[in-house]
Amino acid sequence: MTQQTASLSPETIYGELKKNGVTHVVMLPDSETNFLYLVMQADPELTLLHVAREGQSFSTAAGLAVGGGRPVILIQNTGLLESCDSLRGWGIGLKTPVVVIIGYRGWTRHGVNPPTDVANFTEPILHALGIHYFLVENDADAPRISLAFQEAAQTRRPVAVLVGDEYHGFVNR
Amino acid sequence: MFEAAEMLRIYAKYRGSAIVIPGRGARHWNRISSAASRDIPLGDPAMGGHASFAFGLALAQPKERVVLFDSEGDLLMNLGALGTIAEAAPANFYHFLMDNECYATTGGQPVPNAKNIRYADVARDMGYQRVYFFDQLEDFANNVESILAQPGPVFVHMKTVPEIENLPINQRPRWNPRTLDQVLADLKKELRVAR
Repeated sequence: MTQQTASLSPETIYGELKKNGVTHVVMLPDSETNFLYLVMQADPELTLLHVAREGQSFSTAAGLAVGGGRPVILIQNTGLLESCDSLRGWGIGLKTPVVVIIGYRGWTRHGVNPPTDVANFTEPILHALGIHYFLVENDADAPRISLAFQEAAQTRRPVAVLVGDEYHGFVNR
Repeated sequence: MFEAAEMLRIYAKYRGSAIVIPGRGARHWNRISSAASRDIPLGDPAMGGHASFAFGLALAQPKERVVLFDSEGDLLMNLGALGTIAEAAPANFYHFLMDNECYATTGGQPVPNAKNIRYADVARDMGYQRVYFFDQLEDFANNVESILAQPGPVFVHMKTVPEIENLPINQRPRWNPRTLDQVLADLKKELRVAR
């Protein structure tokens, strides 16, 4: 088993969003993303949209994208399961080029989880829907987020980024 | 209750250059509208998402008026969207709800608590500042112009006559002359959206 020592900072993720011209963040907060939320909230150029269920995020993002916005979706993997029909219809069906950053709750790197843990279902669901994904576990993986934006734009499909580490405290303050 | 088609004909007089998402009224609106490139008949990508889609479009195009004809079965699937919309409060968003008290396209089975939900009250309590209710066409006709003169988000609950369909889906007449791809391409061209 590989020991994970590096961590993922919220500022790194935020930097990737800014680099890729994100205008709107459609999100349902979770424990994995709270530090990132605080960073984004301080940016007046980013519009944060709070949805009540994750399925809302794909239809909202579809409308934003059709209108020329560049949304990103920020949800937890539990919310991915909730969103499947919306992802299918509004994400894939409307050819919405959106990156979906998914907190990978339950990700242990060694695959040992209780049978009903949401981590067991996350990647099989993405495979079933034909959604390509990148795993990001630490700051060194962050360029994969830009790859996801490029792929979403090229393929006109949702592309997922699985965040396999809880965001830690701020590194630069 | 009144006919959705009659209501849409009345609305059309006041449309101006609005972008219209006709929802389940599309089969009528396609014959009424004179600006197809500004219409977004989406069919049913995934039930429950029309309000959020229209909201997203309104945010991305703040200089355009965006008018949605939602339906109560759709809205009930994502009632929380009302809170999201009210929080962002796009001034260019007009949310009309056609409430026929049933799932008409699956044979007319009632939606939950079909006759008793006061959607305008729900929308107001979720944060919409301006809400209206109409069950008489004449009242709608007398007020629609002044409603559209106000800033959004506005919510208009209307009781409409069910148009129940029982034919198997593959035997139903095709009402949309454009594919979904064409609809979106036409709109992006109209709005000069590059990507």
